[in-house]
Amino acid sequence: MGEVKLFFGPNHPGMHGNFSVHMYVEGDTVERARPLPGFLHRGFEKLMERRLWYQNLALIPRICVPEPDINEVCYAMAIEKIAKIDVPERAQWIRMIILELARIASHMMSFPGIGGPLGLYTSSFWGVADRDRILDIFESLTGARIYHMFIVPGGVRKDLTPKIQDLIVKTLDYIEGRLPDYEDLIFKNRIVHTRLKGIALLDRETALELGVTGVGLRATGVPYDIRKVDPYLFYDKVDFEIPTATDGDAYSRVYLKYLEIYQSIKIIRQCLEKMPEGKVNVPLSEGSALRYKVPKGQAYVHIESTRGEYGYFMVSDGGEKPYRVAVRGASYPQTFIGVEKYLPGTRIEDVPIWLSTMDVCAPEVDR
Amino acid sequence: MKNKTMPDKDFFSPIKAWKFLFKKPVTIKVPYVKREAAERYRGFHINDWNECIGCGTCAKICPTDAIKMVEVDDLPQEYGQKPQRPVIDYGRCSFCAMCVDICTTGSLKMTREYVHISPEPEDFIFAPTEKGIHGIEEVPVGWVRDEASELLELERVEMEMLDGEERVQSFIEYVKGYSKEQAIHEAARCVECALCTDRCPQHMQIPEYIKAIWKDDLNDALKWLLKGDETNNMLGANPFSAVCGRVCTHKCEEACSIGNRGEAIAIRWLKRYIVDNVSDYKKIIEIKPAKKDKKIAIIGSGPAGLSAAYFLSTMGYDVEVFESLSKPGGVMRYGIPSYRLPDEALDKDIAFIQALGVKIHVGISVGKDISLESLKEKYDAVFISTGFSLGRSTKVPGTDHEDVLQALPLLREIRDYLRGEGPKPKIPKSLVVIGGGNVAMDVARSIARLQKVEYGQVDVKVTSLERTFDEMPADMEEIEEGSEEGIEFYPGWGPVRIIIDEEKIKGVELKKCVEVFDENGRFNPKFDEIQKLYLDADMVVEAIGQAPDYSYLPEDLKEQLEFVRGRLVTNEYRQTNIEWLFAGGDIVNGPDIIHGVADGYWAARGIDEYLSKGVK
Repeated sequence: MGEVKLFFGPNHPGMHGNFSVHMYVEGDTVERARPLPGFLHRGFEKLMERRLWYQNLALIPRICVPEPDINEVCYAMAIEKIAKIDVPERAQWIRMIILELARIASHMMSFPGIGGPLGLYTSSFWGVADRDRILDIFESLTGARIYHMFIVPGGVRKDLTPKIQDLIVKTLDYIEGRLPDYEDLIFKNRIVHTRLKGIALLDRETALELGVTGVGLRATGVPYDIRKVDPYLFYDKVDFEIPTATDGDAYSRVYLKYLEIYQSIKIIRQCLEKMPEGKVNVPLSEGSALRYKVPKGQAYVHIESTRGEYGYFMVSDGGEKPYRVAVRGASYPQTFIGVEKYLPGTRIEDVPIWLSTMDVCAPEVDR
Repeated sequence: MKNKTMPDKDFFSPIKAWKFLFKKPVTIKVPYVKREAAERYRGFHINDWNECIGCGTCAKICPTDAIKMVEVDDLPQEYGQKPQRPVIDYGRCSFCAMCVDICTTGSLKMTREYVHISPEPEDFIFAPTEKGIHGIEEVPVGWVRDEASELLELERVEMEMLDGEERVQSFIEYVKGYSKEQAIHEAARCVECALCTDRCPQHMQIPEYIKAIWKDDLNDALKWLLKGDETNNMLGANPFSAVCGRVCTHKCEEACSIGNRGEAIAIRWLKRYIVDNVSDYKKIIEIKPAKKDKKIAIIGSGPAGLSAAYFLSTMGYDVEVFESLSKPGGVMRYGIPSYRLPDEALDKDIAFIQALGVKIHVGISVGKDISLESLKEKYDAVFISTGFSLGRSTKVPGTDHEDVLQALPLLREIRDYLRGEGPKPKIPKSLVVIGGGNVAMDVARSIARLQKVEYGQVDVKVTSLERTFDEMPADMEEIEEGSEEGIEFYPGWGPVRIIIDEEKIKGVELKKCVEVFDENGRFNPKFDEIQKLYLDADMVVEAIGQAPDYSYLPEDLKEQLEFVRGRLVTNEYRQTNIEWLFAGGDIVNGPDIIHGVADGYWAARGIDEYLSKGVK
């Protein structure tokens, strides 16, 4: 029997988002794999050059659906770096809270991600339902559930009220109480162990060669996390750990995400404690938002997203629109370049596990 | 198959999930159960139509182009608002609430409503009102703008001025003008709603020149000032930009949409910034029209006359201006004091008009030196803009005294003296000015300066019928600045008589004014005869308004013309009942320079139309 071409995605329950892989299989084994992006192409980077600095705030969150806030923070931080804006302390703490909440929400979303290929649908339902509680916080804080459009150059758009703070505290307590249930369901599950342990092995050298960051790299024993390596906001002022593993398999990648939720909860609690009172925004000082200008200059900012290093390279020519913004999508290496490298040799039924634990995120590739 | 990676005791752990079998589901039964959205939820919009001014700023900021401004017929047609309202396409809206945060009035808000179901696609294109998308009375309000989410800059860039004590010592212009950084900053506050253009009598292209300032392109800005909208007959051009940049009554700033919640854009100072930072208009503005073989005479070289001359010469006509005084400019040169409008600014504007080929004959009084009929013989059309040159008197006992002066002749005398062309005027030790308008302020502040130099102290009192500063027709800033310079105000008093002792003025006797206007809004002051006030003075100036002087018009023409309350009646092109005679300025519209410029513009277009049809 000869080589068969198999289309995997974009419409496949095991595929994350609108991304496709063409696989050439022989029997059960993948011989070659070719990524096929573009289903989600909207030209974000080019669109940004045609919109005012402020108008872009409504566009950029769309580059990452499960965790849109990283875009807002990167965009704002890049502008602040070029324009040398001092962001009020309280705004920075609020940004940290938002980022960590988004991390929890995104990790919660990875349980359905792994539940799908394994047929463990209980974890899917639980993950979506508990993530919704984080979205409730976002709704109270930012006024929107998915795309928050809340972080602006110079700060955030509104203050975090005591009422919202109570809601955060309550929700964190709830989620912390729920996490052992997940442990029982997923990580003490014979089937999960059989299907994930030792499967989808990525060794350290390949990971480094590809430029994989995030849990993909940390699962191979490299404690690389921008929050520690190059602290931004106030990550150097809070106490947390970077969980790592040495196996480099699918199980450890999922388990690291689970452990990171504990760390995020810890960070948010410290943020709420350390956050000072005060302003949340630097008021517009040079005219209206319609005529907002960023001085000439360029900046690269990177932050740790759930999928790894997420960066914005921004160039301003001093005009009312960005001259160029390039986005380093965190999952770009493992999604676009990686599949050609690591899929050959694996069995067809392991492909969804590869893709879901490596965090395929189509809009980051199609930006 | 035995799995070595997991302890055996954990074998039944996943079964624990069965405990949830007996718990209530976390999902809710939509639509039977309604879920309330959060307090600052960004749902469908509401818009208070009574507050909304239709400025369109929401449509400009909208990142997804979801908002369109749509004309609404039955809205009030008032200055400071446009008869249009935002319509939102919810197929495009991203619910970012930037429209709410930038709303110039605060009328646009978002609600906590988030469910809208309809089979009709048109139902998702919606013009928000106070009742929201579902038309209910009490709409739960969601996201509203607050201080932190503000997207406008509400405070004006402060204009540097000499302080009261310093400026009263000389006639030097006390407003310093914007620097480049200040002007660009101020220009960046503009949202380009063009409500100012609608309000300006001349419809100057204000958003365009402000934008040019913001882009730091002064040549382009100057083109907008002097040529206006070149695609539309130079609408909005103003040859007196240096003058208007200083002393315009700036109605535009009253209409400015930013003024609803903050301080209006300093449009006047921005105009001044352009002309002050351009050395020579001629090098930037090129006007070379095809010559037309027609000649036009203009009587009076005030704002209206010279504007007409400017616009006519840009059309290619030969224009000659006749001025009875020794220099052109009319009220701009002989009325407004030089601390507000220095001669250099006026000369700059007039020099450009002359450079276009306009001939100005000074010292020729039509009616005395040359008759209107003889002008009619020599020229194809005549434009009259002779202004209000006669003073009005209160006619109370004692006003025939030689030290009771009229405002305009006194101001002219002061300016001639300062220019070194006339004798020193008599400077009173204490002065009472009767009148509450800008002319009264000009007299008071001019005399205050002369007193300061002569005697070292200011003693000027201003009295007016109007009982509050708001009622007084003078600009608030004039009153405030006058107070800073040591001028005392006595609003709400009407003169009874001038107290004269041994042929010298001792003061003024005043009675309390209870009401200035009657129910119909007519000027009809009522007095309380018992309450009296005595003000000491050795000179009194009456500045209660001016009147036109039509003595140069021959009787037979006067009979054909139509007058209403001293003003000439014309059509929209400023054409009088006599088809070769056009008129403008104070004798037609008034009361300020920019109205005169507008008269000049429309008269020029009218004359052009009249002459191109062929003289009958």
